[in-house]
Amino acid sequence: MRRLRGFAIIGGQATVALNRRDGMHHAQNLIICEHCDSVYQKRKLLRGQVADCTVCGAVLERHQWIGVDGQFALIVASLIVFVIANVSPIVTLKLSGMAEDTTLWGAVIAMWNDGAQIVAVLTALTLFFFPLSQLMIFAWVLWFARDGRRAPGFAEAMTALVRVKPWSMIEVFMLGTLVAVVKAHTYFDVVPGAGIWAFGFLTVLITVFSSHDARHLWDVTGDAKA
Amino acid sequence: MSAPPRAQELGMMSCHVCRLVTAYSEDPHAHCPRCHSALHVRKQGSIARSWALLLAAAMFYIPANVFPIMRTQSLSSKDDNTILSGIFELWRAGSPGLAVIVFTASIVVPMLKFIIMTVLLVSVQRSSGLVSKQRARLYRFVELIGYWSMLDVFVVAILSALVHFQILSRVEPLPGVVYFGVVVVLTMLSAMSFDPRLIWDNRKSQ
Repeated sequence: MRRLRGFAIIGGQATVALNRRDGMHHAQNLIICEHCDSVYQKRKLLRGQVADCTVCGAVLERHQWIGVDGQFALIVASLIVFVIANVSPIVTLKLSGMAEDTTLWGAVIAMWNDGAQIVAVLTALTLFFFPLSQLMIFAWVLWFARDGRRAPGFAEAMTALVRVKPWSMIEVFMLGTLVAVVKAHTYFDVVPGAGIWAFGFLTVLITVFSSHDARHLWDVTGDAKA
Repeated sequence: MSAPPRAQELGMMSCHVCRLVTAYSEDPHAHCPRCHSALHVRKQGSIARSWALLLAAAMFYIPANVFPIMRTQSLSSKDDNTILSGIFELWRAGSPGLAVIVFTASIVVPMLKFIIMTVLLVSVQRSSGLVSKQRARLYRFVELIGYWSMLDVFVVAILSALVHFQILSRVEPLPGVVYFGVVVVLTMLSAMSFDPRLIWDNRKSQ
């Protein structure tokens, strides 16, 4: 991955950029580092390039290497995998002729029944509701973005995506399942179920997808009113 | 190379949610013209909120480690595991590699978050201009590792759902795991309340 330094601008240019759009007072050709407030001129990135802030080193922008259609396809695939991950058993344990398996919801219900309701809610939110709403909102905005349009409720949807992002924890769950399997393996026969493969695949899809900044959609879609 | 100008000096600000650059506004109730989210130059009450959440997390971290997080029950024995004893058991009976991963996620990561957030908050309050770049890197690190401490919570959840062989064997969650989940959420909220731009606020413009 090639690292690029952000393009510094001088004060004068920035003022011009802001004033050109009379009355509007905003500039789409500038980017401000979220971590240190430095101002840069946006520049076109090539495949694999990442623009870093020269002051604090935070990532300003990445090249968006999958088009809107591709992103939509990825989201549809993720939704399908998400359904499989949630309805199939994650693992099956066997002990002297008895077998016990669980899905993600089995784990949530077990926590609730055993008096750890806070954890049950936390698990349900971070592994089911947040990832699911993320996927559905993405599917919604991308569906319209394919024709360069902004979906109804676009602003609210984009805001929700930014807010929900840090609270989706599928990757951590993947590793957690692995630890649980090894722990259980000492006493039981462990048979991995379809759910664990689906979660693994989902982790990969989400990782690919999250290299894309959703906020890019603001730039590739037009305002319906304008 | 001269450093790039800062938004504040140029009379600009950027929306947290959609990143649109707009002209600076004094109005505390200003809204982004594009996505209608609230605009503010610096997160409001950032330091106080961040401190409060961090201290609350540190307090909950004590019961999270002292109380057992799960009970393993079988015909002959009843075993209560804390986070640390679970790690030891994993080391002995399971795989040492995973024990290291769990140790990192449940002990090292929360401790690092406490230490790093304290360092960041103290240095910002003393408006230290020292090693800003390193502190900025520390902050991004805290954001990155944020949720990995949920690992052990999920392990307990899966095991208690799986191991239900009537009288033979059973795994139950115990209160420790609840405190632990709360610690993770609080530390994440604390890191989110912190405004990394404060690190650079006394940078001299060139």
